[in-house]
Amino acid sequence: MTSVTPRTATATTGGGDIPFIAAALGVGLLLALFVAARAADPLMSAHAFIFAAAFVGGGFALVHHVSSGAKADPTAYEFGVVKAGVFASVFWGLAGFLVGVVIAAQLAFPNIFYFPELGWTNFGRLRPLHTSAVIFAFGGNVLIATSFYVVQRTSRAKLWGGLAPWFVFWGYQLFIVIAATGYLMGVTQSREYAEPEWYADLWLTLVWVVYLLVFLGTILKRKEPHIYVANWFYLAFIVTIAMLHIVNNLAIPVSLTGVKSYSLFAGVQDALTQWWYGHNAVGFFLTAGFLAIMYYFIPKQADRPVYSYRLSIIHFWALIFIYIWAGPHHLHYTALPEWAQTLGMTFSIMLWMPSWGGMINGLMTLSGAWDKLRTDPVLRMMVVSVAFYGMSTFEGPLMSVRAVNSLSHYTDWTIGHVHSGALGWVGYISFGALYCLTPWLWKRKSLYSNQLVEWHFWISTIGILLYITSMWVSGIMQGLMWRAYDAFGFLEYSFVETVEAMHPYYIIRMSGGLLFLTGALIMAYNLWRTAKGDVREKEFAASPALAPAE
Amino acid sequence: MYETLAKFAQTWGLLLFVLAFVLVLIYALNPRNKKKFDEAKRIPLEDEEDGNGGKRD
Amino acid sequence: MLDRHEFLEKRGLVLTVAILIVVAIGGIVEIAPLFYLESTIEKVKGVRPYTPLELAGRNIYVREGCYVCHSQMVRPLRDEVERYGHYSLAAESMYDHPFQWGSKRSGPDLARVGGKYSDAWHKQHLIDPRSVVPESIMPPYAFLEGKVMEAEDAEGWLKANRAVGVPYTDEMIENAASDFSTQTDPFADDYDGFVARYPNAVVRDFDGDPRHVTEMDALIAYLQVLGTMVDFETYEPEENYR
Repeated sequence: MTSVTPRTATATTGGGDIPFIAAALGVGLLLALFVAARAADPLMSAHAFIFAAAFVGGGFALVHHVSSGAKADPTAYEFGVVKAGVFASVFWGLAGFLVGVVIAAQLAFPNIFYFPELGWTNFGRLRPLHTSAVIFAFGGNVLIATSFYVVQRTSRAKLWGGLAPWFVFWGYQLFIVIAATGYLMGVTQSREYAEPEWYADLWLTLVWVVYLLVFLGTILKRKEPHIYVANWFYLAFIVTIAMLHIVNNLAIPVSLTGVKSYSLFAGVQDALTQWWYGHNAVGFFLTAGFLAIMYYFIPKQADRPVYSYRLSIIHFWALIFIYIWAGPHHLHYTALPEWAQTLGMTFSIMLWMPSWGGMINGLMTLSGAWDKLRTDPVLRMMVVSVAFYGMSTFEGPLMSVRAVNSLSHYTDWTIGHVHSGALGWVGYISFGALYCLTPWLWKRKSLYSNQLVEWHFWISTIGILLYITSMWVSGIMQGLMWRAYDAFGFLEYSFVETVEAMHPYYIIRMSGGLLFLTGALIMAYNLWRTAKGDVREKEFAASPALAPAE
Repeated sequence: MYETLAKFAQTWGLLLFVLAFVLVLIYALNPRNKKKFDEAKRIPLEDEEDGNGGKRD
Repeated sequence: MLDRHEFLEKRGLVLTVAILIVVAIGGIVEIAPLFYLESTIEKVKGVRPYTPLELAGRNIYVREGCYVCHSQMVRPLRDEVERYGHYSLAAESMYDHPFQWGSKRSGPDLARVGGKYSDAWHKQHLIDPRSVVPESIMPPYAFLEGKVMEAEDAEGWLKANRAVGVPYTDEMIENAASDFSTQTDPFADDYDGFVARYPNAVVRDFDGDPRHVTEMDALIAYLQVLGTMVDFETYEPEENYR
């Protein structure tokens, strides 16, 4: 490739924005201290102090940045923030998986893992902590980090906005801390996957708008005539999540210095708004964003272009158009009007087509290079992730059929379905991206160890299989037990009998989660050694063929 | 009210969406765009000779 | 050449707007009609705004994340109607900000739990679920007992709920703090006023501790009102076919 010099004019990080950032931090600090002093409840006071501490920390970082005299090199990519994102992804991933194992243990052994004197460790508070940690803290950091990497590489332009990418990174971490501490203290809107209260939502809105500006700004100053398809998916993810987040979190706070708010909508309208959000958090956060990862990292690691660019365009528009309609399938047989349920079911079934279009596109990228699956465990992880994507996007439409849903809804089948997507698809494509990014960013020739990737892969895969099969069995069994009648026409089982029947499967599920966590710990060790620059000598001396397919 | 909306959705709405889908198909399958797409799909592979990130020169 | 370059510069914005339009359609078509199609919410008698104490209990229900294991939505399926009672109506949650329909039943549905168990059972069950249901996997909520609540907070909750559309009257808001305490005391001065404002509300000491209004009082008051507002003797489903 010929080298290109970016236009320095648009990539300004000069002194111009420093006073503005300092002023914004100052105003934020004053506001936080004011709220802390006047807080209507101690919870808000605690959160205001966290905000204040964050702004003070931001101030110190800014002073350090200025006094170090570091001049941003306008010809270099901004990879520091991507490195930070890799670190944060691994950290939050481990935290989120750990909480998942804990709450699985609570359901399996309630006598051991509940503590009457520690109410904040109850399942009801930890479960949102788990879901938010894995989706938004782990997944979100993976998405932000990879999007910042991919958009620079495929646009051949440095990230737009000077220090703005760093604001996005730290602002997002602050949101995570506020959300997580809030759940433990009992601050929640009770909207699944949108639990944080109104002030955290406002903060995330600010961070997200800056994220959009940074991403879009980088695309606008690109050196490449075409916008690569991965960026389309990232853009759809950012734009749609902004829309969903704002509409679903509309609420009126009880007091501007208190944590509690009441949602703008009620009952049936509120339910559909929430599941329009909830399903598309899956569709755009956990699907579109990670499809962007698939469209960049699989071709890159396999060293082959994506199978069909035409298919990727059709895949993109069909997927984002159809996905947004699928929400009502979460409300089958509820008080939601039947026409809305039918629409949701119809679009959910149609969604099968673009989903598999994307899966085929990802898998067929390997055509002619299938042998790499044997030698490159990172590539194998990503390809298996696409296979899990295909499996859960087949299962999803099936479960959205009203007749099937009448059995599966409210049971562990849903939990199993979610985790085949979350552990298999989102987890593995993220791990693959992290395994790729770490040697690229820290400029290492290879990972520390490919054998450890093998261990990670197999341990986690067994974990996932234990998880989803146990949840299939327990979900279908519970659904059937609920509707079972005895010979006299009475309901055969009381509710608690169905709970008791779940016990062995909850233990299997917990073991599966534990294996998945173990695999992630192995990954964390491997990535850390890789970043340090270590190489497991004997492994590479013995079998040079295991070197990554760079 | 419901009938009016349903009727609109089942006629013009359907037509509009089919039309939009056909437009996407035309854009994607048009042979004139083939060269553009062939270039675009190689973007990730051709950004660097060393292929392992870092500063451009 | 220049024009072409300009178009490319702008294409990122064009793409952004196109994405926004494409993803907005589904939500608009599905959600917006729910607000103005009159058939969405059935016409029923009896559904009233929550009393200040019930609302306080609802806040606790939300705070503790009860919705992650308990649904409040009985589906019109034979086994559910036999197990839990009449299927849930949209009207029954018309004042629920936010809704609590739930998505998972690790525990049973609670849409019609009101009146099914005694206050004493609820209290014991919340303190130590496995002491009354040995196979239960529910967490213990002993800390609700003895946690005294501030009656003054109630006014703010009612005001915020009115701001989002719940028909609380000025009178209800003025009396929020006193109504909060009155509901736990059948001999309170304003008993008649309270019952007039909130028809069919149950007035009694829910947690067996008459000295204070505790979180236990509030949560049990909320649980005991769930699913009891609509009089199904007079409900005619045919009038509400959608």
